[in-house]
Amino acid sequence: MSGGLRGAAAIVGIGLTEFGELPGRSRMEIMAEAVHHALADAGIAKERVDGVFGADFADSLIGLTMAEYLGLDPTVIDGTNIGGSSYVNFLQSAALALDAGLCEVALIAYGSNARSAGRGGRGPGPVPYETVYKPRQPIAAYALAASRHMYEFGTTREQLAEVAVAARGWAALNPAAFMRDPLTVDDVLGSRMVVDPFTVRDCCLVTDAGAAIVMVKADRAADSPLPPAHLLGIGASTTHSQIACMPDLTLTAAARSAPRALAMAGIGIADVDVVELYDAFTINTILFLEDLGFCAKGEGGVFVEGGRIAPGGALPVNTNGGGLSCVHPGMYGMFLLVEAVEQLRGLAGDRQVEGAEIALCNGNGGLLSSQVTAVLGSASTL
Amino acid sequence: MADTRFQGPGPDAVFEAGMAEGEFRIQCCGSCGAHIHYPRALCPECGSAELDSVRASGEGTVHATSVVRVRPGHGEDYNIALVDLAEGPRMMTRVVDIEPGAVRIGDAVTAFVGEIEGNRVVLFRPAAAPASGGDR
Repeated sequence: MSGGLRGAAAIVGIGLTEFGELPGRSRMEIMAEAVHHALADAGIAKERVDGVFGADFADSLIGLTMAEYLGLDPTVIDGTNIGGSSYVNFLQSAALALDAGLCEVALIAYGSNARSAGRGGRGPGPVPYETVYKPRQPIAAYALAASRHMYEFGTTREQLAEVAVAARGWAALNPAAFMRDPLTVDDVLGSRMVVDPFTVRDCCLVTDAGAAIVMVKADRAADSPLPPAHLLGIGASTTHSQIACMPDLTLTAAARSAPRALAMAGIGIADVDVVELYDAFTINTILFLEDLGFCAKGEGGVFVEGGRIAPGGALPVNTNGGGLSCVHPGMYGMFLLVEAVEQLRGLAGDRQVEGAEIALCNGNGGLLSSQVTAVLGSASTL
Repeated sequence: MADTRFQGPGPDAVFEAGMAEGEFRIQCCGSCGAHIHYPRALCPECGSAELDSVRASGEGTVHATSVVRVRPGHGEDYNIALVDLAEGPRMMTRVVDIEPGAVRIGDAVTAFVGEIEGNRVVLFRPAAAPASGGDR
């Protein structure tokens, strides 16, 4: 059984800037470039954009800034910031607005110069009973979760490193990825320890980059120049803000968001062809593979062994190279969506997953706090 | 008529007053009996505003632990942990008086009021260790 927003809206345009270092470019300039590419990709004039969706740690009024900067006259603005999951969450609010006829062309966009401006470590807002301990967030929260996963399930540092190695394998196939040099498990383990058990290679990149998406009601998608990616299902769930308030450090809200998204899509987890997860840290991928249902709780470490999620493995995960090796400009959510669309279009070049018809995206926000799961599909899956 | 439950120093201020006096205070819900930390104006379990400030037992168990590595010349590595209080709540803290990497999940620890960079905070030390006091 399915329903809800299944088939309500589709992504018809995507735009990216270069990844990595964009010196001399402001975050709005970077965003605008991505928007320009996305509108051209969709074959839609700027004047038709009447829905604006954005979140930015540096600008709490980003929706207003976007409308002004881009010269838009939106009937719908959503600037809800729930961390890095905000952009997958915007698929839900944009689809609702499109389905209700409140807007006709939704623009979701993000731009950041986190690397050039040196603001890459900036995380979620104040957590008064935690920041006093100087936990070096967001890394420490994920490290504490990893410590617990290792304690409860015997997950090893080598298994965490396998996640980084797999991501690098995909990045090597992606000419746009920021870090493409070969990486081994020993390289990861031998890198500088940052917050135990994470070395710097267990942690995502800090880059500049922008990305944008254009979304329309599904019945308007057939006119788009490139194959649309239809929203088949979406679910959101949250468990906490401060990490001490996470009910179970080894069980994320994806265990609740994913079943809703899959039920709305009317599919099972085995029907997913390609998986895009928010891999801010290596433990993320392991936690989400478990909570999404690709393996049982506690078995994520074993699951990723032997290159199972690397190119040529049984399950293609983070096919652009992920936040670990491709791009991570403060918030990564936009980029996993764009990669999913490229895969469903069949235009992902050397990293293309053959016959990809259904993509699952999982956005993570805060300190493992918010999870939003989306299922996207090609037209044949409607 | 004014609701006295929402007048006077709030739960944060009561906690801070405890810190100033060297006392670690948590809350106990007068309605459902749940112990609560960090301090709130409403019980997160049942929604009641009948929250009493009580002295914490100070007994805890390490639930998760890590070490923040500090670049050479910028200080020493330090522990970051989540500790489960005997009363129930879980909190972030540092376990001190032990090598930061030697803290283990399941260790019994005892709370005391210490300092980090001039802020009075609840820290923990191994339960068996003698008190040493002092700033850290």
